[in-house]
Amino acid sequence: MLEIKNLHAVVEGEDIEILKGVNLKVNAGEIHAIMGPNGSGKSTLSKVVSGHPEYEVTEGEILFNGEDITELDADERAHLGLFLAFQYPVEVPGITNRTLLREAYNTIARANDREELDPLEFEDYIESKLDVIDMKDEFLNRSINTGFSGGEKKKNEIFQMAVLNPVLSFLDETDSGLDIDALKVVSDGVNKIANDENAIVMITHYQRLLNYIKPDFVHVMMDGKIIKSGDISLAEELEANGYDKMEKELALNGEAQ
Amino acid sequence: MSEEVKALESMIGEEYKYGFTTDVEYEDFPKGISEEIVRELSKRKNEPEWMTDFRVKAYHAWKEMEEPTWFNATYKKPDYENLLYYSAPKKKPQLDSMDDVDPNIRETYEKLGIPLEEQKMLAGVAVDAVFDSVSVFTSFKEKLAEAGVIFCSMSEAIQDHPELVKKYMASVVPVRDNYFSALNSAVFSDGSFCYIPKNTKCPMELSTYFRINNMESGQFERTLIVAEEGSSVSYLEGCTAPMYDENQLHAAVVELVALDNADIKYSTIQNWYSGDENGKGGIYNFVTKRGICKGRNSKISWTQLETGSAVTLKYPSVILQGDNSIGEFYSVAVTTKMQQADTGTKMIHLGKNTKSTIISKGISAGRSQNSYRGEVKIGKKAHGSKNYSVCDSMLIGQECGAHTFPYISSENPSSSVEHEATTSRVGEEQIFYLMQRGISEQDAISMIINGFVKDVLKELPLEFAVEANKLLDVKLEGSVG
Ligand SMILES: Nc1ncnc2c1ncn2[C@@H]1O[C@H](COP(=O)(O)OP(=O)(O)OP(=O)(O)O)[C@@H](O)[C@H]1O
Ligand SMILES: [Mg+2]
Repeated sequence: MLEIKNLHAVVEGEDIEILKGVNLKVNAGEIHAIMGPNGSGKSTLSKVVSGHPEYEVTEGEILFNGEDITELDADERAHLGLFLAFQYPVEVPGITNRTLLREAYNTIARANDREELDPLEFEDYIESKLDVIDMKDEFLNRSINTGFSGGEKKKNEIFQMAVLNPVLSFLDETDSGLDIDALKVVSDGVNKIANDENAIVMITHYQRLLNYIKPDFVHVMMDGKIIKSGDISLAEELEANGYDKMEKELALNGEAQ
Repeated sequence: MSEEVKALESMIGEEYKYGFTTDVEYEDFPKGISEEIVRELSKRKNEPEWMTDFRVKAYHAWKEMEEPTWFNATYKKPDYENLLYYSAPKKKPQLDSMDDVDPNIRETYEKLGIPLEEQKMLAGVAVDAVFDSVSVFTSFKEKLAEAGVIFCSMSEAIQDHPELVKKYMASVVPVRDNYFSALNSAVFSDGSFCYIPKNTKCPMELSTYFRINNMESGQFERTLIVAEEGSSVSYLEGCTAPMYDENQLHAAVVELVALDNADIKYSTIQNWYSGDENGKGGIYNFVTKRGICKGRNSKISWTQLETGSAVTLKYPSVILQGDNSIGEFYSVAVTTKMQQADTGTKMIHLGKNTKSTIISKGISAGRSQNSYRGEVKIGKKAHGSKNYSVCDSMLIGQECGAHTFPYISSENPSSSVEHEATTSRVGEEQIFYLMQRGISEQDAISMIINGFVKDVLKELPLEFAVEANKLLDVKLEGSVG
């Protein structure tokens, strides 16, 4: 589904290289976790994949279902089924969640020659999605993320994911800022959304999340590269020893490429 | 270049490909200003002596005044000796069908969602018999007359209702109020007069009338609205379609008088030509607008969407004299390219328990400068009065500026004044967020802007709200990114 090959990216117009040769392959039905120290490039990877104009790909390619998407605009990638749950969801005052989601849903439907929903149909549809993460319907009438608490913003991202039903989702530290109960509710929601046809890439600092949403693969990102991949035991190893030790071991074995 | 600019520039360009020739009929009226010219102007308009005297006094007052410079805008002063202060109404060239109209202009009209028949009138195309504006206009007049509402041009009012004009003209904006009001008082061309009798709700939005009749506003317009006890009226001036005028200086005066329990709602959409990217051309819009809540429980509400003109100086104000009276000011001011706007309001609380609300939204793009200037004054006797002001600015791009100048003074400790101000930038992050959800860049920008101005636009008459949204889209198209 997603294949990232030797991806290098810099900050547009500047010489700062942030991604320094990322390789990643995600198939339908899989859940991946990416871990890594602060500033290692995890969020940047998710933004470059979803087409943030601030970054420029200088080398490598991003294939989505076989198609190279590096030249596509963010909205065109969204139409293909890419979704990003933001580490820092953005406030947009004056536009309700409902309006955003209806516009988004119908725009994506149109782009894919699927039927659009009229306001009444959409109301039924969106109501049915509120349950997925136990969201109160008053949030539909509120301006996008405006005045939401940190946890509410994160929850709202997953709610949007449930409504838009994407093919591939990047969840950037969705667990940070959620209380213990909310973490469970949100994880249950993500598990309900996950199926054989879609895929999820979670970015997280905490192994705790992986107890709720079981990844098939865990990757460790450091200094703009994925330096190690494995199964969930890799996360346990990290939790026990930290990044520093892993980096040293890899350097010793000459494994870091 | 944005569509609007293209449309306008082809509209006023040197090659009048589509019939927009300016058939100015030269009058034998001399340029410049003097007592003789003011007298001659009054004579040509067939005015009674008291009106001539009013003008002449105003002229001498103006002569003694200095052109103000205290605002946050720089421009080349008009050459008052080189202006023509009297001209017969211009004739618009008649075209046979919309096909003869410049496609750019047509596209702008379509983007704004202006109904076809109105498009024709705006573009000077002959309209169908079924939509004969004269007959629609006549039926409106009849309806208004039935209700006892007087609604006519200022020139007619001077002839037909001299006692009302004498009583109220310059009662809210004194001749000497400012340089431009004095000039207007001396040479005003025409304008509207509206009188709503006791306990009468004006049977229609007066906006509708304007839409159909497409009154040409003159260079020195003068408007007076009087709402008697217990009456109400909603009035709209302007329209979303881009307007071009050869007169660079526009100095209008608008006066509103609300007596006991009366309610006046005055809405403006202003989209005069704003000049090109480099600040060449464009209208100077120096307007004095003021209302007085003379009676108890009266209410005056100003709503404005200002998108045009090269330089705008405008502070629609309310004097809250009657106890329990209410003043409101809702404003969206948009500046792009090299536009300069210095606009805001004054709320002068004199009566007890008077309330005022100010909601001002400024959007600046390009290399423009957008200033909000607001004065809230609470007098000694204004016990229990309240003001609430919100003043938000949004910047698009790096080269524009937004400024806020609040002036607050309260002489009454039982009153409260609350002022909030924010400045934000339409960020790449907001646009990216919406695009990540599948929304196109253009729609994303338009959503962000519309979200920003929502609280103001909802105050406009419903039929204009949608058009107003579109006007913002067209105006700001291509400003971001
Ligand atoms: N626009 C930018 N300009 C300059 N530096 C940038 C820019 N964007 C990202 N960076 C830098 O790139 C590096 C990677 O940032 P990124 O946000 O991807 O880290 P992260 O792995 O998500 O970290 P965290 O775990 O703290 O969220 C950081 O050093 C960051 O400062
Ligand atoms: Mg991050």
